[in-house]
Amino acid sequence: MKDELKKRLVKGPDGVEFEVDPLRDYYCDARPQVEPPAISKIVEDFFNWARAESLWILGFATGCGAIEMRPLMTPRFDAYRFGVQWRPTPRQSNLFIISGYLSTKTLKRVIRSYEQMQSPKYVMGLGSCTINGGMYWDSYNTIKRLDDYLPVDVYVAGCMPRPEALLAGFEELKRIIREGKGEGANKYAAEFDRYKANQKKVIHDWDMPDYNW
Amino acid sequence: MQFDWMKIPYALLTLFIVINFGYLLNSFIAKIAARVGRRRGIPIWQTYIDVAKNYGLRTSITHGVMFYLGPVFRLSGGVGLLLFVPSIYGSSMFSNLSFAGDLILALYFVFFGTLGMALGAAESGHPYSAIGITRGLSQVTAAELPFALAIFSVALQYQTLSVTDIVAAQQGGILHWTLFTNPLAVVAAMLSFLGSMMRPPFDVVLAPQEIPIGPPTEYHSSYLALMQTNRAIFPIAKIVIYMNLFFGGATDWPTFFLKVFLIYMWSVFVGVSFPRFRVDQSIRWFLIWAVPIGVLSIVLV
Repeated sequence: MKDELKKRLVKGPDGVEFEVDPLRDYYCDARPQVEPPAISKIVEDFFNWARAESLWILGFATGCGAIEMRPLMTPRFDAYRFGVQWRPTPRQSNLFIISGYLSTKTLKRVIRSYEQMQSPKYVMGLGSCTINGGMYWDSYNTIKRLDDYLPVDVYVAGCMPRPEALLAGFEELKRIIREGKGEGANKYAAEFDRYKANQKKVIHDWDMPDYNW
Repeated sequence: MQFDWMKIPYALLTLFIVINFGYLLNSFIAKIAARVGRRRGIPIWQTYIDVAKNYGLRTSITHGVMFYLGPVFRLSGGVGLLLFVPSIYGSSMFSNLSFAGDLILALYFVFFGTLGMALGAAESGHPYSAIGITRGLSQVTAAELPFALAIFSVALQYQTLSVTDIVAAQQGGILHWTLFTNPLAVVAAMLSFLGSMMRPPFDVVLAPQEIPIGPPTEYHSSYLALMQTNRAIFPIAKIVIYMNLFFGGATDWPTFFLKVFLIYMWSVFVGVSFPRFRVDQSIRWFLIWAVPIGVLSIVLV
């Protein structure tokens, strides 16, 4: 563990000494809970429709696929007309696009960002690298199957997929959400131990709490 | 003093109309901005869906009491601003809770939301929030100066602090508007208007490309939905004040919608035409161009 994350005594500007435990003080490490849907089916269906029609993407690019996302904001593809928007902070986003290969170092940041997003949240695997490793299938420091580490709702296959394929992926994701099957966050909470075990298997310098939101 | 209780449902009706108008106007303006960039832009009902989705999210976390109160203060700033000035002149239904000194209260409410937001966002502890607040408060303060000067000038001109009286004095033709009787005050106020609408060139506070995304960085779910509701109410409430003080007010809803839309379009025209100012540039711009005009308008009155 890094030095700055260890428990230590700090002297404040007013001369008072106090103990700082970064992992406990700066994070909240309560386990995620399975969040039940709304009691009434009509309300839940309405919310699912609203969630489907208002996909806010976390602007986090992990690999080369990020370059296929930029054209979606331009006049040629204009994803805004489908209710897709980019948000700069994980707190306000619902959809996490893993754009291409994911090195284990990036995986750590991805997990932190994913856990900060609010439920219900969705993950889209973009490109072959997220499905089976793609052209990085024998690399020592990229993950091969994204689904082992985060609950993936929809894959967009290709190397790299064109922006049109991404738009088709959005439509597919919308269908999944409208049918009430976009329950990745609850799956993550229910199978938390399995996901954590998988994540810790590849991330060797694990220096964060188990769940940080 | 006799209080007419029927004013409360009427005021709520005003609020309802203004919220819906605000949602539609916001997405319409976004669509116009998109068309300028040769995009199709969001559907006209997108703001409703976004708000519904944010209210419908299942989890939300808090950073403390002020974090809760930030969006509430902001919303009460917008609602208070709207409810204490008459939205339709001469209509007993839609004159809301206006009273003799409401101009001063309105001046206060314009600033109130920003302050509440600053407290709330500071509690979230995110460094981007802190930067956003610093920028936001300094820019809003600089933009508020010419507005305050213009309001004093108008109050001096009409010798009253009641918005209703000021509107009454402007009735009877376009040449009775403050726009023509006291043009310098209007110019100063309209320059200040640009600074408070959070559109380019003065949107460095909220711009996602600068610091993601300023004060609301940590806000999510229903907090964010409350703030989006306020984004629909507050600009309109502010425009209502401008309309009442400078553009003769409105005597019916169609005039109201048209005037609010046109005044809003002023900031949109400027916004799509000019690039973004840094905060120090925008403060300097307000102090150099807008404040002297405001001072001059007071001197002339």
